[in-house]
Amino acid sequence: MAALNLPIDLSVSLGPLALTNPVLTASGTFGYAAEFAHLVPLARLGGVVVKGISLAPRPGNPPPRIVETPCGMLNAIGLENVGADRFIAEKMPFLRTCCCRVIVNILGDSIEEYAVLAERLTGVAGIDALEVNISCPNVKKGGVAFGTVPEMAATVTQAVKAATNLPVIVKLSPNVTDIVAMARAVETAGADAISLINTLIGMAIDARTRRPWLANVIGGLSGPAIKPVALRMVWQVASAVKIPVIGIGGIATTEDAVEFLLAGATAIQVGTANFFNPAATGQIVDGIEAYLRHQGESAVRDIVGSLRLGA
Amino acid sequence: MPEYQENSIIDTIDRLAENFYRLSLRAPLIASAARPGQFVMVSCAPFLDPLLRRPFSIHRCNGSDTLQLLIRVVGRGTELLARCRPGQSLSLIGPLGRGFNPPPPASSVCLVGGGIGIAPLLFWAERLKTPRRCTVLLGSRTGKELTQLAAEFSQLGCRVETATDDGSLGHRGLVTDLLAAHLPTAAKTYACGPMPMMAAVAQTCRDAKVACEVSLEAHMACGLGACLGCTVHGDGGRYLHVCKNGPVVNAEEVAWQR
Repeated sequence: MAALNLPIDLSVSLGPLALTNPVLTASGTFGYAAEFAHLVPLARLGGVVVKGISLAPRPGNPPPRIVETPCGMLNAIGLENVGADRFIAEKMPFLRTCCCRVIVNILGDSIEEYAVLAERLTGVAGIDALEVNISCPNVKKGGVAFGTVPEMAATVTQAVKAATNLPVIVKLSPNVTDIVAMARAVETAGADAISLINTLIGMAIDARTRRPWLANVIGGLSGPAIKPVALRMVWQVASAVKIPVIGIGGIATTEDAVEFLLAGATAIQVGTANFFNPAATGQIVDGIEAYLRHQGESAVRDIVGSLRLGA
Repeated sequence: MPEYQENSIIDTIDRLAENFYRLSLRAPLIASAARPGQFVMVSCAPFLDPLLRRPFSIHRCNGSDTLQLLIRVVGRGTELLARCRPGQSLSLIGPLGRGFNPPPPASSVCLVGGGIGIAPLLFWAERLKTPRRCTVLLGSRTGKELTQLAAEFSQLGCRVETATDDGSLGHRGLVTDLLAAHLPTAAKTYACGPMPMMAAVAQTCRDAKVACEVSLEAHMACGLGACLGCTVHGDGGRYLHVCKNGPVVNAEEVAWQR
């Protein structure tokens, strides 16, 4: 049994990216971090993944954009963001003061846009890694999402890797038949780490008005409702690839986070929980430390993938 | 400006009319920082369904440690709030958003509230104070929802007129029918209520060349500017986010025709 006051080592590595602890924020749920500065001790976090950035600003979808569903929510924000130039000029100065890792989520309509964007962000002081959102439609390929075809996901990964020397995390969409095939494709293409899952595509209807709740009709489901699906996919992917995996999907408490670590995730991202409990990330960092102490473990990396199977 | 995640304690729950309640909450951090027109995000249940907090305008601040919310039961979240009991704890985040901007010194103002939209106007009327001439126009479905609120505005020295759908109190019809007569003497109008009501107020004020601020409402997940869900069509084809650009905005910033 570990001595009660022994220091607990929370540090983990995502390939070349070292984190002080495994707790990150999920893109699109934490703005550009300044929005949470009053409510979360940002320096206590492993890192923040900022709202997805495209090369040019995007206005996003018309309202209504969100609707609550049982233990979850649907969103069709439409990738509203300030664009790369304003992000660098207006958002990075604050992010540089956060004292935690800054991971920039990037998105595009074409392979070229991803590459140009990766190049633009490389060398900007304070950016520690890129996370590639491949759930966007490929405009040049008839709108098929990059993240649903292994070859296209691999091509995006290669293009981003060739354009930057920053660590590259590829964020997988769960809306595929074979998640392991997607993971292997981006691993082979050179990804430094994989994060999953993005939102599950869903729909909600107002029976009274006979209309869809979202102006976009369909949207991405997130929140505790998707946790079992995410956990299953993280376990399958972590069992199949050698690069680190970041678990995302319905994480709201310490227990949720630990379950993903046991399933094989080296780090986790807290998403929708930031909306209903802005303090969640800080609480989970503290909670993981307490969990490890209680379990007699001295380092968080020792429990990664330590799920007990069989009798 | 400071924002807090604070566990409040319910002092009282008063039923003003059917499905219409007033909650008094002890929340010293938020209450001492709140300004009229700002809002709080309220956790309706300590479990995960319903998942999201609900936004409520701050209805009143008593002293520096208690704030009040006006709640109409419209769904599961508000129903859970209405069933709370004194002594229970409710998690709040706030004060959030931009509040009302002051009128010119010593000028006359007009406040227009429809239904649950009356909520932020009482806090504002308290802070505006006399000797300013303050006219309050209140509208709702039926008189029972207005009786107590109208009396409270009167106690503050406001001149109050009412309009109800069923004619049970004051003018039978829309609250906006009452507005035009007061605009020649008003320097500024503040409105909160259903979108069609605020659109009519904005148009009437524009015709009379009277400044107008409105408090917008939208579904929102966070209230902090992160979810980008609380979108309203703004002028020039842009989108306004109610939580950060508002909830109080200049009426000219909204695309009312959409």
